[in-house]
Amino acid sequence: MRIVVIGDGKVGYILTKLLAQEGHDVVVIDRNPLVLRDAQEKLDVAVLTGNGACAEVQREAGVPDSDLLIAATSSDEVNLLCSLIAHKLGCRHIVARVRNPEYDQQMSLLKADLGLSFTINPEKSAASEIFRLLQFPQFLKRDSFAGGRAEMVEIKLPKDSRFIGRRIDQISDMLKRRALICVVDRGGKIFIPSGQFTIFSEDKLTIMAATAELPDLIRRFGVPTKTVQKVMIVGGSRTAAYLAKQLLAARVEVTILERSYERCEELFELLPEATIINGDGTMQSLLLDEGVEEMDAVISLTGMDEENLLVSMFANYIGVPKTITKINRLEYTDVLSNIGVDTLVSPKLLTANEIVRYVRAVGESGQDSVETLYRIGEGKAEGLGFTVPQTGAFLGVPLERLPIRKGILLASIVRNQQVIIPRGSDCMMPSDAVIVVAGPEQTIARLTDIFTDNEGRAL
Amino acid sequence: MNYRLVLRYIGYIVLLEGLFMIPAMLISLFSHEKAAWMAFLGTILFSEIVGFLLTRLRCHDTMQAREGFATVALGWIMMSLVGALPFFFSGAIPNFLDCWFETVSGFTTTGSSILPTVENLPYGILYWRSFIIWLGGMGVLVFLLAVVPLTRGSGSPLQLMKAESPGPSVGKLTPTIRRTSRRLYEIYIALTVLEIILLLAGGMPLFEAVTHSFSTAGTGGFSVKNLSIGAYDSPYLQAVVGVFMMLFGVNFSVYYLILTRQFRAAWKNEEVRLYIAIMAGATLLIAINILPSYTDGARAFLDSFFQVSSIMTTTGFSTVNFDLWPEFSRLLLVILMLVGACAGSTGGGIKVSRLIILFKHLKNEMGAMLRPHSVRTVRMDGKKTDDGIVRGTTAFLVAYLAIAIFSMILVALDNYSQETTATAVLTCLNNIGPGLDLVGPMGNFSSFSGLSKFVLSLDMLFGRLEIFPLLFLFTPAAWERPRKSKRMENSVIDA
Repeated sequence: MRIVVIGDGKVGYILTKLLAQEGHDVVVIDRNPLVLRDAQEKLDVAVLTGNGACAEVQREAGVPDSDLLIAATSSDEVNLLCSLIAHKLGCRHIVARVRNPEYDQQMSLLKADLGLSFTINPEKSAASEIFRLLQFPQFLKRDSFAGGRAEMVEIKLPKDSRFIGRRIDQISDMLKRRALICVVDRGGKIFIPSGQFTIFSEDKLTIMAATAELPDLIRRFGVPTKTVQKVMIVGGSRTAAYLAKQLLAARVEVTILERSYERCEELFELLPEATIINGDGTMQSLLLDEGVEEMDAVISLTGMDEENLLVSMFANYIGVPKTITKINRLEYTDVLSNIGVDTLVSPKLLTANEIVRYVRAVGESGQDSVETLYRIGEGKAEGLGFTVPQTGAFLGVPLERLPIRKGILLASIVRNQQVIIPRGSDCMMPSDAVIVVAGPEQTIARLTDIFTDNEGRAL
Repeated sequence: MNYRLVLRYIGYIVLLEGLFMIPAMLISLFSHEKAAWMAFLGTILFSEIVGFLLTRLRCHDTMQAREGFATVALGWIMMSLVGALPFFFSGAIPNFLDCWFETVSGFTTTGSSILPTVENLPYGILYWRSFIIWLGGMGVLVFLLAVVPLTRGSGSPLQLMKAESPGPSVGKLTPTIRRTSRRLYEIYIALTVLEIILLLAGGMPLFEAVTHSFSTAGTGGFSVKNLSIGAYDSPYLQAVVGVFMMLFGVNFSVYYLILTRQFRAAWKNEEVRLYIAIMAGATLLIAINILPSYTDGARAFLDSFFQVSSIMTTTGFSTVNFDLWPEFSRLLLVILMLVGACAGSTGGGIKVSRLIILFKHLKNEMGAMLRPHSVRTVRMDGKKTDDGIVRGTTAFLVAYLAIAIFSMILVALDNYSQETTATAVLTCLNNIGPGLDLVGPMGNFSSFSGLSKFVLSLDMLFGRLEIFPLLFLFTPAAWERPRKSKRMENSVIDA
């Protein structure tokens, strides 16, 4: 696909990188030649210096013949103008970043006129992601498939879990085959385990199971379950506002610490039920005064990664059960996993993934293309959801007789609302939803890509 | 430097070179040239084995500027050494240094030869001699980038293309390197085939049409005739070769623009306009200057155009012995040697675009002396040229002069005339072929000493790779080993 990205900022760069890796023709437009030089040297993309909201520049970048335009500058207004022009020039799909909550609400009004396929709002995505994580605080990560019927969750095994030292096939039997361990993260190394793989303590497991059975299964793993009732949010950013709104609607007590007095007033008007505290949330004394020790979860959402990390480390240290840290710079995640910061949320990565998912879906217009895509273990593995097409050589053939590529795991099949953890004797039927886990170096865009022959003829 | 990565890329180059020798071997086989086809077979086996082993090397494959430069420089040296083997093994050229000189001259599209006569050489060898010009013209790494998926989106191999493509800056025609290199080779092949057809139409035999087209396409100038294009007494053939030399000296992105119907952008290209203007002006001046010795005015004009086109595009074919022309014409030709063709073409020389940048820069600097607070930028094709490119261009000129002077001092040890010494160095450094006096169109390089041949071979490589990749090998920084660090393998999000 031919894709034009306007704005080579944080989101723009990672988006460009992911799209180029997927093999698309990407043109990046930005006003600043310095950031573009970096993109040109490090990525296989074309760059163009100029104002992306200018029709002449868009024409030079080939927008009229492009399949997708992504407007990801820091300004909502510029993004909307970019979209409007690209729409007039005849670009097929348009995605714009719109962050301002005031505009966010009127997007349904404007969408058709601007030719927008959808808008992306990193802060809102991050808030939703954090909210979902707080619903089950023991999960480090939580992704849903097949319309929410099946979930893939990441947990860290407690030291006293009875599964430590056991093989995967033994664990499956103990769980009565109702869940599948699809990925093991051992100190940053990702394994897609076979039945003989042995689980150690400190391993992070990604588990696939039916959503309804998750709480029960988690108890069997020895992970304590607890619901979140009191949440402290440090930093009154846009993400904080979106998140607090969702939390309050779910009857969770919310305390927000914010440094700027004006912002506090705004937040109070927006969220009358929340407790708004004016003060520096990175100060230990203030945190303790506001009862950080009694919180079920602490969410750090200031604009500074360093501050967020410090707050989370401190909260972990004094025994808050759940901390979630917003982080912008992702290059240090490998280091961070060792210092007592458990769940990281990156708005820009969430956004980029959302778009990559969309691109895969429109790029492969066949009915067996990716519907959902999640990255596991800092993007070293992927979980993908598909709907099985009506025709295909592989339908009705037991899985053990299908030529499935190495490094690919069929994690579950959802049929008639039932989640099946497949064995070799199971088979795929038309209209099933299937969830596939793919290891590094595997790019899967269509369901048939999981077979060595791309067709899935029985061996 | 990531040695393994560089070696792996060199492996690909050698592998590819071996494959390209197969047609030459077959030609020798069918012409019953036993020594030649055996030599080719031996070289092919050698290069396939070495290439296969090197490409098996496993390494971290992020290409940085350092590896890009080293791959290009060492790759070209290795390529010319392997390419010289058939000449040596077949006994066509007995001395290995001479073989290397001849091969470097081919790959760098120079066309300077140490052979006094060529018509007695085996067909396979003659084919190979022309083919390496064709391959070297557009660049073997560009070819490699077009066919081998070397990276997956991350770690751009732009460095390779940058180092191998001539000109002060490299513009990708399409967003991905792979498609850009494909487009370049498609245009290149199409133009070459067109020339072969037109030469065949003019009655040139197939083998000569193919070899001469290869030589023209790479702007090299090796001929299979002792008298070069002068051996054909047909104005049509001379005109076809003359026009095609000019076409191959044009920036290939202009052809891409024309193919994608962006005529206005193609027409606006300042460099091509100036290139054509210089060529027209020089043709006219020389034609007037040589007119007294001609009876036919049109003939004088054709000879002038052919020689100007040949020298300015740095091809080096000749139809007449221009060494015998009046001093004014000879001097103009030497100046054209320095100017060279367009950036992004297969030609050599300093390049018209560099001269445009340098003169605009000079104008700006002079203006700034008079009005110190005025702000000026160098603009090309209506766009601001990056300061880095302007600085790179001045640095290029300094390095170019230093290498030219140093080489002349070394070649002067052979005690030939100043004209021979100076034009020999200039013709090699600008990848042209013939110079004046002893190395004129009817002369050759065989009488130079070993040292001079070595220096001139290096000059050809300096010229083709535009100095910096090769010069960089002479700095200690190039050979430093990277410190081993815990790298995040396969990490998708090391943004």
